Amino acid sequence: MVLEFTEAGLYCPAADVHIDPWRPVPRALITHGHSDHARPGHGAYLSTGEAAPVIRHRLGDIRLDTVRYGETLRIGGATFSFHPAGHVPGSAQIRVEVGGEVWVVSGDYKTVDDGLSEPFEPVRCHTFITESTFGLPIYAWTPQEALARDLNAWWAETAAAGKRAVLGVYALGKAQRILRLLDPSIGPILTHGAIEAVTEVLRAQGLSLPDTIQITAGTDLKAHPGAMVLAPPSALGSAWMRRLGPVSTGFASGWMRLRGVRRRRAADRGFVVSDHADWDGLNAAIAATGASRVFVTHGYTQSFARWLSEQGYEAGVVETEFGGESLDEAPEGEGAA
Amino acid sequence: MKRFAALFAALDRTTSTRTKTRALADYFRDAPEADRLWCIALLSGRRPRRTITTTKLREWAAERAGIPLWLFETCYPVVGDLSETIALILPEPSRESDLPLAEWIARLRALDTADEETRKAAILDAWDSLAPDERFVFNKLLTGGWRMGVSQKLMTRALSQATDIDEAELTHRLMGDWTPDTVSWAGLIEAPDPTADLSRPYPFYLAYQVDGAPEELGPASDWLAERKWDGIRGQLILRGGEHWLWSRGEELITERFPELARLRDFLPPGTVIDGEVLAWDRQDETPLPFARLQPRIGRKTVPKKLLSEAPVILMAYDLLEWQGTDLRGAPLSQRRETLAGALSNLPEELPVRLSPRVAATDWAGLAEARAQSRDLGAEGLMLKRLSAPYLAGRKKGDWWKWKVDPLTIDAVMIYAQAGSGRRATLYTDFTFAVWDGNALVPFTKAYSGLTDAEFGEITRWVRKNTTERFGPVRAVRPEHVFEIAFEGIQQSPRHKSGVALRFPRMARWRKDKPVSEANTLHDLKAMLAQYG
Repeated sequence: MVLEFTEAGLYCPAADVHIDPWRPVPRALITHGHSDHARPGHGAYLSTGEAAPVIRHRLGDIRLDTVRYGETLRIGGATFSFHPAGHVPGSAQIRVEVGGEVWVVSGDYKTVDDGLSEPFEPVRCHTFITESTFGLPIYAWTPQEALARDLNAWWAETAAAGKRAVLGVYALGKAQRILRLLDPSIGPILTHGAIEAVTEVLRAQGLSLPDTIQITAGTDLKAHPGAMVLAPPSALGSAWMRRLGPVSTGFASGWMRLRGVRRRRAADRGFVVSDHADWDGLNAAIAATGASRVFVTHGYTQSFARWLSEQGYEAGVVETEFGGESLDEAPEGEGAA
Repeated sequence: MKRFAALFAALDRTTSTRTKTRALADYFRDAPEADRLWCIALLSGRRPRRTITTTKLREWAAERAGIPLWLFETCYPVVGDLSETIALILPEPSRESDLPLAEWIARLRALDTADEETRKAAILDAWDSLAPDERFVFNKLLTGGWRMGVSQKLMTRALSQATDIDEAELTHRLMGDWTPDTVSWAGLIEAPDPTADLSRPYPFYLAYQVDGAPEELGPASDWLAERKWDGIRGQLILRGGEHWLWSRGEELITERFPELARLRDFLPPGTVIDGEVLAWDRQDETPLPFARLQPRIGRKTVPKKLLSEAPVILMAYDLLEWQGTDLRGAPLSQRRETLAGALSNLPEELPVRLSPRVAATDWAGLAEARAQSRDLGAEGLMLKRLSAPYLAGRKKGDWWKWKVDPLTIDAVMIYAQAGSGRRATLYTDFTFAVWDGNALVPFTKAYSGLTDAEFGEITRWVRKNTTERFGPVRAVRPEHVFEIAFEGIQQSPRHKSGVALRFPRMARWRKDKPVSEANTLHDLKAMLAQYG
């Protein structure tokens, strides 16, 4: 086997390295900086140069080497290269070749170009390891242009009504993607500290993002009427929100596709957007690899593997500790995290 | 359909009743008249009949989406709603349609007599010309599962804003046996003809539970106290030589209680009585338990045997119309006197009784009377202000229910099942058990009573503590005790425990109680012996 599925995570015996391991290991190759993929405690880390600043920001003083997209690296008996996964800035799929057999670990990925992350590139392989966070045909994302229109219309409407628009988004990836879609002519953009920190890291590495104002204890909110406020999902409805005054709340997540989740979250608006692939995205990505064998990790694993088997792939499920996209709660499905 | 789907989306995305009312009022102002009428019909439970089975809809939707049926069935519980599942899995439509709501409904109803091939073609065609949010609404029309998070009260208020007609008056106009086929907008809303529908009931006046000490209501002598009987609240209408019986849910239930037809021969036309249909023990002149009435609710025609096993009477509370005159504006004391007069000197075998006044003259005496409720087969007392008119809907101030405290029992949660719709992502439906020796015997289910936060907490716990799965049901470790409150207890051969509860709900999560201290089957049986 090019890769083995072990207690600590995906393991390449030919190179003696792990990919996105969840237990401490001597050497870890990291697809991207989300906390379920880049965990603390490893001896040495390897990621793309574009992913490195966020990983350092989150994990502190670690031994981290970087590679360029497409650069070939020989480790032991295996050859590795990192390829854009389109998930968040710097995210990668990791290609592993041992004795002519090629596997690709896709990490988390999406196939649509979000205008911010390096766009997904299909990589030919024999075996593809895919996520299935949104691996059911009910999941289909709003096109980016329509999303921008809806977001800005909501913001403008909310500002006109004398309220603030508060949008729950993840600090890494989603927040910056949304920032790029917002129309700063509508009003100022305020941020929660957790979002500002990551945004600052990405700005420092050269990503062009609109100006934001971090909300601190001393911020005079009255000086920023009609603002859009970006905050982590968990901040919505928390004590932090109280000082914002009258607000309209929204969430930006793939789970917002489901009316039940929208209603449970009791937000005023739900925007259907995810940094994971939707159903068509998953199927297109898998087809483009030319792989004959597919392993399915986190998400609707059982049913997605069954579907792939029926499409002629040799498909199996791999239990991992990857989390996918969490909104504190996700709809119940077999194996859905 | 675009306008109606937009209304639905606007209602769906807010929890503010003000915003909802405004959105609906806008719709009532500018939607086409036929659409407005259908909107009112749908929001008041007057749905078109279902013409296509959900089995067929599932098959066609899966086929159109290019997925196997098993995958569709996997999606359904994740979404928690069939109409939405279909709307989500279908490919993007290839065109648009500007047909109004009423036209879509007409098309659907035309399929009633069509063969399957025609039906399928029509549905696939509709799906292909409706945007996802319109499709969702369309599927709701198809499947008849219609909830828009809008109460009839809210709808009526919006209609009142849009038309400048008094809300209570509109509530009355919207009652009765109409459909969009039998009335026009003008005939129903703007200039109704009172003789057009002799069966039309008055809106029921509903009471809130007393929320403080009853003494706060003022002198007891201002109030009429009567028993709160446990039957079916009903309005009996005698007009034009015919009679109708309406349930509180605005359902015509005349045929289910044929014995009441006899009242036509003794009471004059132009009489409307508000009362309670009760199964009645003619020998003892006491009510039979609600469970005896239950078999009669479900059936449209009543076999002779059931008629003799569970004969009913109308326990008369109030007189809303007398000799063709609307009495609702008169004080209760006067209505009650007229009612007593109307019912006096009737032969005793007639199935009607005047709800007796509880004789106590002060609050202490009334409290004592209330304490006897369960023994008399009543749920508590009703308190009605003697000087008050008969209002429409649930209003605070003049009518109060003063129910006895519920019975309670501490039980162990043993099974959990996810809810549907808004609650699809949570475990909300639980089965509870009591001890029988060392075994836990299930005796009731309960779905309500916890806060959203508590449902979230128990959901996380259920996911981690599942011991077995039976389809959608999970067996969980017996670790949590809940106080189950209920209104009554009956013997039931259908249940393993031998008892059935009335209105069970979770009163408290007893985190302080170990499982070993939950109640026993013996305790339940003792309650059955005392109150059953």
